[in-house]
Amino acid sequence: MNASAPIKNTQAEDDLIARFDAGRDQLAGSADVSARREAAVGQIRDRGLPHRRVEEYKYSDLRAFMKSAAPLAPKADVAAARDVLQATDCFSGLDRYRIVIANGDFQPELSDVEPLAAEGVSLTDFNELLSGPDGATNLAFPKTGPQDGTVALNTAFIQGGVALSVGEGKVVTKPVEVVHVASAEGAAVTRSRIDLAKGAQLRLLETFIGDTGDGELNAVFDYQVADGATLATTRLVVGNARSARLLTSIATLGADATFKSLGFIAGTRFARNQQFVNFTGENSEAKIYGVSMAGGEDLADQTLIVDHAVPHCNSREFFKTVLDGRAKGVYQGRINVAPHAQKTDGEMMTQALLLSEEAEMANKPELEIFADDVLCAHGATSGEIDEDLLFYLRARGIPEAEARTLLVLAFLSEAIEEFGEEYVTEGLEERVRDWLASH
Amino acid sequence: MPAVQETIDRVKAIDVDQYKYGFVTEIESERGAKGLSEETIRFLSAKKNEPDWMTEWRLDALRRFRQMEEPTWARVSYPKIDFNELYYWASPKSVEGPKSLDEVDPELLATYAKLGIPLSEQEILAGVEPKNRVAVDAVFDSVSVVTTFKDELKKAGVIFCSISEALREYPDLVKKYLGSVVPVTDNYYATLNSAVFSDGSFVYVPEGVRCPMELSTYFRINEQNTGQFERTLIIAEKGAYVSYLEGCTAPQRDENQLHAAVVELIALDDAEIKYSTVQNWFPGDKDGKGGIYNFVTKRGDCRGKNSKISWTQVETGSAITWKYPSCILRGDNSRGEFYSIAVSNGHQQIDSGTKMIHLGKNTSSRVISKGISAGKSENTYRGLISAHRKASHARNFTQCDSLLIGQECGAHTVPYIESKNASAQFEHEATTSKISDDQMFYCQQRGLSEEEAVALIVNGFVKDVIQQLPMEFAVEAQKLISISLEGSVG
Repeated sequence: MNASAPIKNTQAEDDLIARFDAGRDQLAGSADVSARREAAVGQIRDRGLPHRRVEEYKYSDLRAFMKSAAPLAPKADVAAARDVLQATDCFSGLDRYRIVIANGDFQPELSDVEPLAAEGVSLTDFNELLSGPDGATNLAFPKTGPQDGTVALNTAFIQGGVALSVGEGKVVTKPVEVVHVASAEGAAVTRSRIDLAKGAQLRLLETFIGDTGDGELNAVFDYQVADGATLATTRLVVGNARSARLLTSIATLGADATFKSLGFIAGTRFARNQQFVNFTGENSEAKIYGVSMAGGEDLADQTLIVDHAVPHCNSREFFKTVLDGRAKGVYQGRINVAPHAQKTDGEMMTQALLLSEEAEMANKPELEIFADDVLCAHGATSGEIDEDLLFYLRARGIPEAEARTLLVLAFLSEAIEEFGEEYVTEGLEERVRDWLASH
Repeated sequence: MPAVQETIDRVKAIDVDQYKYGFVTEIESERGAKGLSEETIRFLSAKKNEPDWMTEWRLDALRRFRQMEEPTWARVSYPKIDFNELYYWASPKSVEGPKSLDEVDPELLATYAKLGIPLSEQEILAGVEPKNRVAVDAVFDSVSVVTTFKDELKKAGVIFCSISEALREYPDLVKKYLGSVVPVTDNYYATLNSAVFSDGSFVYVPEGVRCPMELSTYFRINEQNTGQFERTLIIAEKGAYVSYLEGCTAPQRDENQLHAAVVELIALDDAEIKYSTVQNWFPGDKDGKGGIYNFVTKRGDCRGKNSKISWTQVETGSAITWKYPSCILRGDNSRGEFYSIAVSNGHQQIDSGTKMIHLGKNTSSRVISKGISAGKSENTYRGLISAHRKASHARNFTQCDSLLIGQECGAHTVPYIESKNASAQFEHEATTSKISDDQMFYCQQRGLSEEEAVALIVNGFVKDVIQQLPMEFAVEAQKLISISLEGSVG
């Protein structure tokens, strides 16, 4: 970026600066954490919220979208949070452990602390980490240089979150759901850390329920997957939120590790799911999937950067987008291969289905390769429903609407099925059907 | 197979680090207009006897250029260019007034002969089939020294001359179309070009005419410290067809030289333009010293229905290439094509690709890009495919493949695919790999040496694009590729 004159802050940026000034004493953290928060707000003040002239936000102009910024949500009332939990269950019928974060704060009394402890899983309030002597080390973002705008916005306002660690060799028997509850309106800003020790295995679900009103939802997950560990995570960004949903995950993989993730976005006004995957040990594998459904004026953005810094690692990326109304879908994916990361195998695919005249899709699959002995490929397609397929189904007596539903479901299911975590398959396909029924 | 053998022989015959066209022609020349200023532009304009509106156009471009910032988004790095240290005009002294072959300095003819571009009409007429004839416009530094077959083309109604001449002879045509595809303020280097462009070719093919021969321009930078800013304008009227070839070379020098060209193509209803480039500017020596900065804006406008523009490029030269030949598919059913081979070796940096802007209905485009990087080079494909609201049933197929040879080079792919129309169907695929051990083993097992095997596989890799080149160029291109990769095996 060219150095230029200080920008004129927007209403939302002014609100954010005011929010910080008003709440800085309540925000947890050691002195170094406070300094990092200060710097992050400084970044918003000096450079503004990420906007279309920032390459990574070319298609998702957060600065234009956020007209104002609501205050942070108040401390949660446990009873109110419990009500929301009872009203909405993203994976009803699924046998699982639950960890509850309400209005940005970890709620031990609503979480399955003891059963998880018995499985070798320990839970800590993220604020405790932040308040520790080296609090800021928990904020480490693997990239140097200017911070990502969404992460800066998170760093400035982290209200809390959970730090979950799975002991060495422990295989958690049931999926663990980290459910983020909004029991009152206001911004919810969380940071969570998921540590898997050597050989540990965990299946994670990340869900967001309740109404944040005009407050943005900003959650950052830091996954540390040690040697030989396996993490599978499903992220569900659904519901008719009118404010921005900003999700970030940063995965650091050791040797022989396996990481799988599925980001599922449906029916949200402005959603950005960004993932950074870093290979630090050899023979590891990452499989990243995405399913986006957007209608009306929605924007669904899936952004991904996979860094192959070491040799002999594989990555697979498979993203599906269905768009209706005047919605906009975004896929930005980049595979970086460092000079010594020989024998890398990377494959990226993004496909979009446009159901309406006015929907639009932007695909940007990138490869950045500095090593010669690699196999990397990407593909991108976009188009409408194939009339031949539709005709085939109708010729067999299936009504048009149903035929369309079938085709869209088949299209999206490809990614869900390849993700292969069967305990979520049914629930997700149900959501696809619901979304289609309402469009 | 013969072509492959030829490639191998070629590689063997040439020493490592030897740019074939690196010689300097000792010719008395005139250099003027140092530094970027209004005087420079007035000098240039006066030198070329341009009409007043043209001078004003240039001055306006200069004013706008001064307000612009150099773009930094491309994946290339180079020291800042001091535009005031450059000469904007260099011309062989002997070129003055009306040009015919007899009057051209024999030294210049010898230079072009050495480059393999015979400028004599007689010679071409003597032995070759008529359909293989090529009319050549030879641009030497800032001026066009000669244009061959002018009279014969005139009979067919085709205008093929230098742009300076066109400004004098056909000012209305030039005024109507110049800057209509690449606006003055399109980008930093296009604006610079608009202010200081020296020469280039002008082609006008009237309605219904199929241009009887290939047209070609051969660009040569000879002088030191000069920039070459050529401007090419090609107009194909309704139902016309023209195939145009462009070649470029420059002497081997230690300093970097700037080449910032603008090419505009306009195809009206049912017209077709085929534009082929073999770019072989001096790429710098093995330590990355010297070489041409090639910052070029090329754009075609499919203005009419059923029109077609096809770009084919073989990029082997230049220290830095920054070039995105594009098509604006405005007319319904129009078609754009882009075939590219970009080979980088040594310390070369290439950031190249295309833009296909679908505006009209049923427009289609096809992009085939093959990047080969070797040595310590960086090779980036950057492309945009977009379909606008009204571009219903637009179709695009893109394939960009990169081949890496050696451990110190980089290959990057940055595609932007934007669809604002549901019925637009876009397909994009890209791969990056090295020559697989299996393929090498297969070839070597059958008795080919390692170098032969690489040559064979590379030739296969780029075949899709080579096939699109006119025959004479295909052979040339194949040779060039082998030369560029030379020294990268083993």
